[in-house]
Amino acid sequence: MAEPKVKYDRQLRIWGDQGQAALEKSNICLLNCGPTGSETLKNLVLGGIGSITVVDGSKVEVGDLGNNFLVDESSLGQSKAKCVCSFLQELNDAVKAKYVEEYPDALIETNPSFFSQFTLVVATQLVESSMVKLDRICRNANVILIFARSYGLTGFVRISLKEHTVIESKPEHFLDDLRLNNPWPELKRFAEGFDLNVQDPVVHKHIPYVVILVKMADEWAKNHGGRLPSTREEKKEFKELLKAGMVAQDEDNYKEAIESSFKVFAPRGISSELQQMLNDSSAEVDSSSSDFWVLVAALKDFVTNEGGGEAPLEGSIPDMTSSTEQYVNLQNIYQAKAEADILAIERVARNTLKKIGRDPNSIPRATVKSFCKNARKLKVCRYRLIEDEFNSPNLPELQKYLTDEDYSIAMGIYILLRAVDRFAANYNSFPGQFDSAMDEDISRLKSTAVGLLNDLGCNSATLAEDLINEMCRFGAAELHAVAALVGGIASQEAIKLITRQFVPISGTYIFNGIDHKSQLLLL
Amino acid sequence: MADTSVQVQQPSRSRDLDKLLLRPGNLVGPRFEPGAELRDDLQAFAKVLVVGAGGLGCELLKDLALTGFRNLEVIDMDRIEVTNLNRQFLFRLEDVGKPKAEVAAKRVMERISGVDIVPHFCRIEDKDIEFYNDFSIIALGLDSIEARSYINNVACSFLEYDSDDNPREETIKPMVDGGTEGFKGHARVIMPGITPCFECTIWLFPPQVKFPLCTLAETPRTAAHCIEYAHLIKWDEVHRGVPFDPDNPKNMKWVYDEAVKRAELFGIPGVTYSFTQGVVKNIIPAIASTNAIISAACALETLKIATECSKTLSNYLTYNGSEGLHTKVTEFERDRDCLVCGPGIRLELDPSITLQKFMDLLEEHPKLQLSKASVTHRGKNLYMQAPPVLEEMTRSNLSLSLFNLMGKLPKDIVHVNGMTSKNDQRTSCLRKLRVVFKGVDGVTDMDTAGGA
Repeated sequence: MAEPKVKYDRQLRIWGDQGQAALEKSNICLLNCGPTGSETLKNLVLGGIGSITVVDGSKVEVGDLGNNFLVDESSLGQSKAKCVCSFLQELNDAVKAKYVEEYPDALIETNPSFFSQFTLVVATQLVESSMVKLDRICRNANVILIFARSYGLTGFVRISLKEHTVIESKPEHFLDDLRLNNPWPELKRFAEGFDLNVQDPVVHKHIPYVVILVKMADEWAKNHGGRLPSTREEKKEFKELLKAGMVAQDEDNYKEAIESSFKVFAPRGISSELQQMLNDSSAEVDSSSSDFWVLVAALKDFVTNEGGGEAPLEGSIPDMTSSTEQYVNLQNIYQAKAEADILAIERVARNTLKKIGRDPNSIPRATVKSFCKNARKLKVCRYRLIEDEFNSPNLPELQKYLTDEDYSIAMGIYILLRAVDRFAANYNSFPGQFDSAMDEDISRLKSTAVGLLNDLGCNSATLAEDLINEMCRFGAAELHAVAALVGGIASQEAIKLITRQFVPISGTYIFNGIDHKSQLLLL
Repeated sequence: MADTSVQVQQPSRSRDLDKLLLRPGNLVGPRFEPGAELRDDLQAFAKVLVVGAGGLGCELLKDLALTGFRNLEVIDMDRIEVTNLNRQFLFRLEDVGKPKAEVAAKRVMERISGVDIVPHFCRIEDKDIEFYNDFSIIALGLDSIEARSYINNVACSFLEYDSDDNPREETIKPMVDGGTEGFKGHARVIMPGITPCFECTIWLFPPQVKFPLCTLAETPRTAAHCIEYAHLIKWDEVHRGVPFDPDNPKNMKWVYDEAVKRAELFGIPGVTYSFTQGVVKNIIPAIASTNAIISAACALETLKIATECSKTLSNYLTYNGSEGLHTKVTEFERDRDCLVCGPGIRLELDPSITLQKFMDLLEEHPKLQLSKASVTHRGKNLYMQAPPVLEEMTRSNLSLSLFNLMGKLPKDIVHVNGMTSKNDQRTSCLRKLRVVFKGVDGVTDMDTAGGA
C-alpha cells in the first residue's frame, strides 16, 4: 500500500487530515449499482472512504456492458452487486467493500433497520414510492441520504436529512476580518505608534495599510462627531485624504489603503444571516442539543456582551505591503484578540454545558477555536422530507419556476421525472421504454404530467411538448456520460456532507444534459 | 431512417444509447439522422483524440468508450505517480512509473470489448501537425494553458476560409476542452471559425501572480515568501549553475529547510513540507468527483458534435461545487481578429521574394514579430530550425524563391512555427499566414485553397 499521505496529497490540500479522517471513518451504502451508482462509489472509493456496501438484486445483462465500466464480459449473468463490488475493491485496498444481493425496493419494504448502520446512503434510480419510504427510514435513523437519478439526458440529485451544520464552510470570496470600522483598543494603540508624517520615505512606504486606515478613520471620526464616512461624498472625500497622504507615486501601501477603504465604510456588527442563526430556536439549548448549537448559544452570548455586537475576531490578516517586523507585530495584535475572544466563548460554552447537564469539557478546545475562527461563515442546511415536498411543494416558487425563462426547462424536467414514475406505476413500464408504443406513451405521459400538475394545484401550467417528447424518447435510458456526471455530483455532495466542510446543495439539482442549463430548485 | 417500430428488441450493448441515436427527437441538431446507421457509423468512422491521460483523460477514455466511440487515441508524455492514484482510476500502485497513455489505453480496452485505443507516449509537440488532422474531434484533458494553446493552434491551423471570409465547414476541427481545480471546473466546446477558440478568450486564464523579488529578498511576510526565497534566490546562490529539480526530493527538502530557517529568523509561521511542495510545484488540488463531472460533460458534448443527437453546449460551462452547486452556461463570442482562428494574416508578397527574406519579414511584421521560424506549406517542410538533420536538409531552400517553393500557387496558406514575445516572455507559437503573390493571376478564387 502506498503511503496514504502521498496518495491522497491532492485532496488533502482541499479537506485536510480532519476531512480525510472523517471519510475514512464513514460507512456508505449504495442502492442500485447501475452506472449512476457505480460512478458515485468509484469516486468515493478512490478518495479513501471507510467502507461501502453495494445493494442490488439484479444480474449483469448485455446492456449493462454498454453503460457501466464496473462490469465486463466475464460478469454476464452474475450478481451485479458482486461484480461492481469486486471492481471497486480493486481501485483501493484500504476500503472495506461488501455487497448484498437484494433488490433495494424489497429491502426498504422488509428490512428498514438495515439502513441504520450507515453514515450515508446513496440511493440511485429509485422510483418515487421507494424514495418516500426510504426517506422516512433514514430520517428516523439519522442517516444522511442522497438521491441520484439519471434518466436519458436528464437527472437529479437531492440531499435529505433533518439538519446539516457546517463550521468550515470555506467560502471562496469572503471579506477579511480586519475590524477597520470598529477597531479594538489594542489595535488603536498599535496604530498610534506610527507617524504618518514620518520623514524617512522608506519607513513611510512600509506602514501597513491597516495602520493607515485605522489612523485616518480615527482622525475622520474626531472631526465628524464620532461617525465614519457613510455618504458617497464622504467616502470620496476620505479617499482623497488618503491620496493626499502619499508622499511618492509608488507607495503600494497607500494604494492598498485606498483600495481597501470600503472596509472602513462597511457596517459594523454581524451579518443578517448570522443574526438569523442566533435567533433560531435551536440556539435555546438543552441536554439534547448538538455541540454546534451549544457553541451558537455561546456565540449569541458573546455578541450581546463581550463582543459588543461583533462576532469573535478571525485573527488572520492578508498579506500587505509592510516591513517584516511591523507585519509580524500586526499579526500578533490580531492573533491576541482572536485568542481572547476564543477564551471568552469557551468560558460561556463550558458554563452552558454545565447548565444543561453535560461534561463542561465535552467540546474540545480545537473545536471551539475552529468555531470562533469561522463564526462569520457558519452554515445551517435543512431539508424537507421528500414526501412533504412531493405532496405540498412550495407552490409560489413552483409557479415562478414554471414561467421563468431560466428555470422553466429545469422545472419541466422535475415534473416529468416525477410523471414517469407515476406512469410506470400505472402502466408497468416507463414511457418509451419499448419502441412499439411510442405515440401512445407520449400522449399518456402528457396526461400523467398534466394530472400531476393539477394535483399540485398548478392548473394553468403547461409543459413544453418538445420536452415531453424527449422524455419518451429517452425511454428510461441510463447513459454512461449522464450517469458519470450525476454520480460525480452525488459523490461530491457526499464528501461535503461527511467531511462537514464546504456547503452542500440545498433543494433539488436538476441536470439538463440537453443544453447544460441545469438548475437548483427549492421546493 | 430505420423503422424502429417493428424491430424486436434484442439484447444489445447499446441498449441505452440506442434510445438516443435510433429515435427521432425534437430537441436535436439540424442534421440529426436517427437510425442504426448513425450508431454504426459512429462506431466505425468517428475517431477521437484524447489529449492527456491524467485525471480528465482517464475519465474521458472511459466515457467515450461507453458513449459509442470505438476508435480512440490518447497522447500523454507523463508517467504514473503515486499522487495520481486518488483520482486517475485506470492506474494501480504497481503501475507507478509506467507511461500513462499506455496503461490507460490497455485498461479501457481490457474492460470494453470492441474499443480500440492507440496510445502515444510523447509530447504533443512531437507529433506532426498532420497527425492531428486525422481525428474527427479532439478532446482536451489538460492542466496547462500552454498545452491547450498549442493544440488549439494546431486545430485552428486546419481551418480554411472561403473568399468571403466564411469558414469552410469541412476544415473545422471541433475541440472539447475540460479543466478542473478542486471543486471547480469548466467544460467548453470549440468549433474553430464558429465559436471562440482558446486564444479568443485567453483572458479567462489569467497568468499566475508572482511575488516581487524585492519582497522575497527584503520584506518577507508570509510562509510562501520564505519558500520562494529559498527556491528562487537562495538555491542559485548556493548551487551555482545546478538547476533546481522539483521532482528530486532532496532538492525539495533543501528548499524546505532553508524556508524554515528564514521563517524562524523573521518570526513567520506556516512553513510546512507539504506547503513548500505546493508553492514550488504550483500544485493544483484535484479530486475524482470534479474530474468525473467535467469529463462526462465533455464526453456528452463529443457525442453531440458527432451525431447531433441533442442541442450542444453553447459554448462554455462553469461548475462550482464548493458553496452549494453553481453551474452556468456562458455564450462567449469570437474575436474576429484572432490570430489563431481568424482568417489569418494576409501577406501580399512579390513573387521574387526568397524564403530567407520572407522569414526576415515575419520578424519585422508588427503583428507577428516571429523569430526562429520554421515554415511549412501543405505539410511540406520548407525550412525547419530543428532537429539538425532537418535543418541541414532544408537550409538550401533559404535562398530559393518562396513562390517556386509553394508550387507557383498565386495564393495559399503557409504555417509558421516560431518564437514570439508575450508579456516579456518568449513563447513558441504557430501562425497561419495567407500568402498572396502580387501580379500573379489566380487560377482559383478561393483565398485559401488547400492549407495544411
